[in-house]
Amino acid sequence: MHVTVNGEVVELSESTPLLDYLISRNLNPAVLVVEYNRKILHRDRWSQIQIGDGDTLEILSFVGGG
Amino acid sequence: MSFYQIIEEFNDFDIPAYLSNVSTSQVKATLQKDFLKPQDFLTLLSPAATEQLEAMARKAHQLTLQHFGRVIQLFTPLYLSNYCVNRCLYCNFNSDNAIGRRKLDAQEIRSEAKAIAATGLKQILLLTGDIPGKAAVEYLTEAVTLVREYFTSIGIEVNPLAVDDYRRLAQAGVDSMTIYQEVYNQEVYDSLHLSGPKKDYHWRLNAPERACQARLRTVNIGALLGLHHWPSEAFFTGLHASYLQNNYLDTEINISLPRIKAGPVGYQPQSPVSDAELVQILLALRLFMPRSGMTLSTREPADLRNHLVPLGITRMSAGVNTAVGGHIDGHTDDGQFRISDERSVDEVRQMLISKGYQPVTQDWHHIAG
Amino acid sequence: MDKLIIGGKELKNRLFIGSGKFADESLIGDIVAQTGVEVVTVALRRVNLNGGKENILNYIPKDCVLLPNTSGARNAEEAVRIARLARAAGCGNWVKIEVISDNKYLLPDNNETIKATRILAEEGFVVLPYMHPDLYAAKELERAGAAAIMPLGAPIGTNRGLKTKEIVRILIEECELPVIVDAGIGKPSEAAEAMELGAAAVLVNTAIATAGNPAMMANAFSQAVQAGRQAFLAQPGETTEFARASSPLTGFLRS
Repeated sequence: MHVTVNGEVVELSESTPLLDYLISRNLNPAVLVVEYNRKILHRDRWSQIQIGDGDTLEILSFVGGG
Repeated sequence: MSFYQIIEEFNDFDIPAYLSNVSTSQVKATLQKDFLKPQDFLTLLSPAATEQLEAMARKAHQLTLQHFGRVIQLFTPLYLSNYCVNRCLYCNFNSDNAIGRRKLDAQEIRSEAKAIAATGLKQILLLTGDIPGKAAVEYLTEAVTLVREYFTSIGIEVNPLAVDDYRRLAQAGVDSMTIYQEVYNQEVYDSLHLSGPKKDYHWRLNAPERACQARLRTVNIGALLGLHHWPSEAFFTGLHASYLQNNYLDTEINISLPRIKAGPVGYQPQSPVSDAELVQILLALRLFMPRSGMTLSTREPADLRNHLVPLGITRMSAGVNTAVGGHIDGHTDDGQFRISDERSVDEVRQMLISKGYQPVTQDWHHIAG
Repeated sequence: MDKLIIGGKELKNRLFIGSGKFADESLIGDIVAQTGVEVVTVALRRVNLNGGKENILNYIPKDCVLLPNTSGARNAEEAVRIARLARAAGCGNWVKIEVISDNKYLLPDNNETIKATRILAEEGFVVLPYMHPDLYAAKELERAGAAAIMPLGAPIGTNRGLKTKEIVRILIEECELPVIVDAGIGKPSEAAEAMELGAAAVLVNTAIATAGNPAMMANAFSQAVQAGRQAFLAQPGETTEFARASSPLTGFLRS
């Protein structure tokens, strides 16, 4: 199945809880904000949402800026 | 939103108390500012500011030069009619007064216009007393049409009208209107206007705004100085001008400084304004409203008018006769007020030139169509 | 005590800093500790999925107000989306609206900024719009519910100083909202100049982050902002603009 993450198509072998996916990519969930199919997803729900074929994710975090 | 809401904001503000607490250093600090807020303007109307009059004068002079150059516009009033239904204690046209009443007919209007135009003036201010009703507006419209061939700028100073009437007059050729609130204090207003449509404070207060809405190019306001505590009256005049300027950027807002003086007969001002106080008002207004035109009438004597030219004045009347038909037959009886500067247009022109100022009778021209 | 209140928060320090362009972001903590800066801007970006840098938030002390910007937004809709994401990240409800579709000069689009301000203020954000100094736009932002306005001193990152001084001065005189000069301030003297005019604060990023010694430069800016503010509060003394007139203009009143 294919998921679009930050504009890139990513291959997933099976439907995965979002939180597990974030950890699998070596990301620190505490500092992230996630848009799931263009809707902001509150962090409480990251363990419940199963990402699957056709989903779109935007994973963002703060960087330096003026 | 109307200017009245701004007046109301000051209902609980003790203006005399504020004025008496202003310190010299506050006035000096205010003179350093490039833009004045209402409170700064009031500061300049305080007793403490009287010690800084020369500094205020220098700044006012410099601001006036910056925005207007050495230029004074000349105009004169043309009194069409002195019939009036109002009873205003300070006005000679008061319907109780047994003066000769007259209303010019078309032929007389032409003769007056021709006599005035012969002096070289191009700006005329048409005046009437207050006769309510549509006929008066029609008469005025006709008068405008009659004088158009003699003048390039036509102003009116008549009773407050509705927006549609102002629009109609604008179409006929009027480009400016003058209306004085006379007195901004509502109680004093009520006590001075015994009866007649002029008793309606709000209808008059909102007239300048209606003229702005009708898109007249210039709106000229003022308080009749002497009727009430002058610092408050000057303050509200400035706020009124500022309110109109902020809301109607395409209209030129002018301020007049008519002063009513004590005399042997007639109405005695309750709150007389001295020459120095008149100067203070002029300077404070100039510093608060650097781009507003300011008008000085022939109520003031020649010598004082000469001295006030560099301090912020941009428009002066000249060759004035406040009697109806006065330019035709030369009489001055039964005029609206007694004038103090009786110089001819040419004498005023020469005075301005001798002071390094350019007298201007026309600063724009109608293009047909 | 001279305090600046924005969005209900009392601020003692009138220097806001940006966290971009630092060669070493760990300096930010030192700068905040030394200067007492209370507001720090950040940006929101897609994470690098192939392992990236540490998070900027690790370097910004927890008691700072975070001011996420909407950089990258080309219109109001995108700015609103970024602002909502930033709030969802759980770092407060302040946002600096920055809408730029001009890639050459990076000048802000006031019309879109006003639209975004209206929407976000309605949603309870403390909105600080970055704007091109313009009186009508400033009044519109005021009506739209902005908590302050942030006119530029010069184009972003140019270090050219307070080129917009005349108009910023008018905004300060005419607007009820705090005016924070953002962008273009290159030297401490220019920050002081803005404060002397009556600006409520200045936001500096490039000039500090790209200085040879960012921490020392931040200190210099902090002192300049304080000096400028004090000069404004102290009300400068009389400058004699006019030579004393040989014939006084009001002499006739005494004769």
